[in-house]
Amino acid sequence: MSDIANRGYANPDVLVSTDWVAQHLNDPNIRIVESNEDPLLYPSGHIPGAVQVDWTTDLNDPLRRDYLDKAGFEALMSRIGATNETTVVFYGDKNNWWATYAMWVFQLFGHNRVKIMDGGRLKWEQEGRPFTRDVPQYPPAAYQAPERDDRAIRAFRDQVLKHIESRKPLVDVRSPDEYTGKKLHMEGYPQEGALRGGHIPGAKNVPWARAVNTTDGTFKTADELRAIYEQEQGLKPEDDIIAYCRIGERSSHTWFVLKYLLGYPNVRNYDGSWTEWGNSVGVPIEK
Amino acid sequence: MIPEKLAAIVDDFSSITDRGERAEYLIEIADRFPAVKVPPEVAAPPYDEARRVPACESEAFVWAVEQPDNTLKYYFDVLNPQGLSAMAMSVILDETCSGQPLEQVAAIPTEIVLQIFGREISMGKGQGLMGIVSMVQREAKKRLPGA
Repeated sequence: MSDIANRGYANPDVLVSTDWVAQHLNDPNIRIVESNEDPLLYPSGHIPGAVQVDWTTDLNDPLRRDYLDKAGFEALMSRIGATNETTVVFYGDKNNWWATYAMWVFQLFGHNRVKIMDGGRLKWEQEGRPFTRDVPQYPPAAYQAPERDDRAIRAFRDQVLKHIESRKPLVDVRSPDEYTGKKLHMEGYPQEGALRGGHIPGAKNVPWARAVNTTDGTFKTADELRAIYEQEQGLKPEDDIIAYCRIGERSSHTWFVLKYLLGYPNVRNYDGSWTEWGNSVGVPIEK
Repeated sequence: MIPEKLAAIVDDFSSITDRGERAEYLIEIADRFPAVKVPPEVAAPPYDEARRVPACESEAFVWAVEQPDNTLKYYFDVLNPQGLSAMAMSVILDETCSGQPLEQVAAIPTEIVLQIFGREISMGKGQGLMGIVSMVQREAKKRLPGA
């Protein structure tokens, strides 16, 4: 894969290579954060010095279906020893799927010093780089967060309804079988968390993982991404776009691609996603 | 009634309250995955899609081979090399369900996933692991007399 700087991204600085991370393992201004789909991976070995941020236990409100609040985010940043000046580099399994999710939540609190390690855990492992089971302890940091601001990058159900009425574009990043609703009726498939199958009317289906190279989990070049999202799907950089999946994790990956790699200014993630839409009374559904 | 060995391991996990301890135990179990991986005489890639666990993001596959004593020997594969939880689940199911009475394997509830992995497991991950349990259970159920 070509150097990140030569791939034509709108914001190349938001992506760092495994080499870059290897050179910054002891940089006090950098905090490396692993965020995974599989909870056993971090304890089985991680990049030396990396801390774990777990989506379920660290980023969610324990009671309501919502993300942590200002106090919770400040406590999280203190635990991982990150100040307002710290640059946080995320990486993880499954093509950085949960890494982009964690990054998206950090941005709800305006922490913009964030980067993703291109290729994630897979590439680090393929290159034979070191893993350790030692869990680092950093001195608690003083972090001052603003109140969480959902407006710019998060979408809610009623906003999605208005979005449909205005015929603005939506991207459903789930698999084709989830998009058509077929999966909900498959034998032996566990309850998918939704009473109805299908997709939000008008949504385009672009499975999230199309944005990465399957061999090493790195992101495709800007030209390759534009071929998918613009030439094939007809999205335009000036569009107001909402991405969704089942709970908002896979769509945060697409949000990252559109907002940072292609530089679209107006992209939001609908984290209620299909588990909300497919259970809501009276909302329109298309199959 | 579920297989005795499975009930015992579920009991063991139910008493663990420390997440780190639970993870260590599961990682040790996942290390035994090569012993339950499907041998070439049973199946070779590309696998029959009918053997794929539908909800599993780690791309798990399950096979059941009938034994002379009317029990089943289970085999697994997990294509995602980082799918440690799916590997651990596969090892637990092979070690506790292969060779056990079919009616006991057919009675395994998918909720054992939450008892083994903890209730804080994400919905997607939990569903994938439950999918592996469902497939094992279904293979037994369809061979029960009168099924």
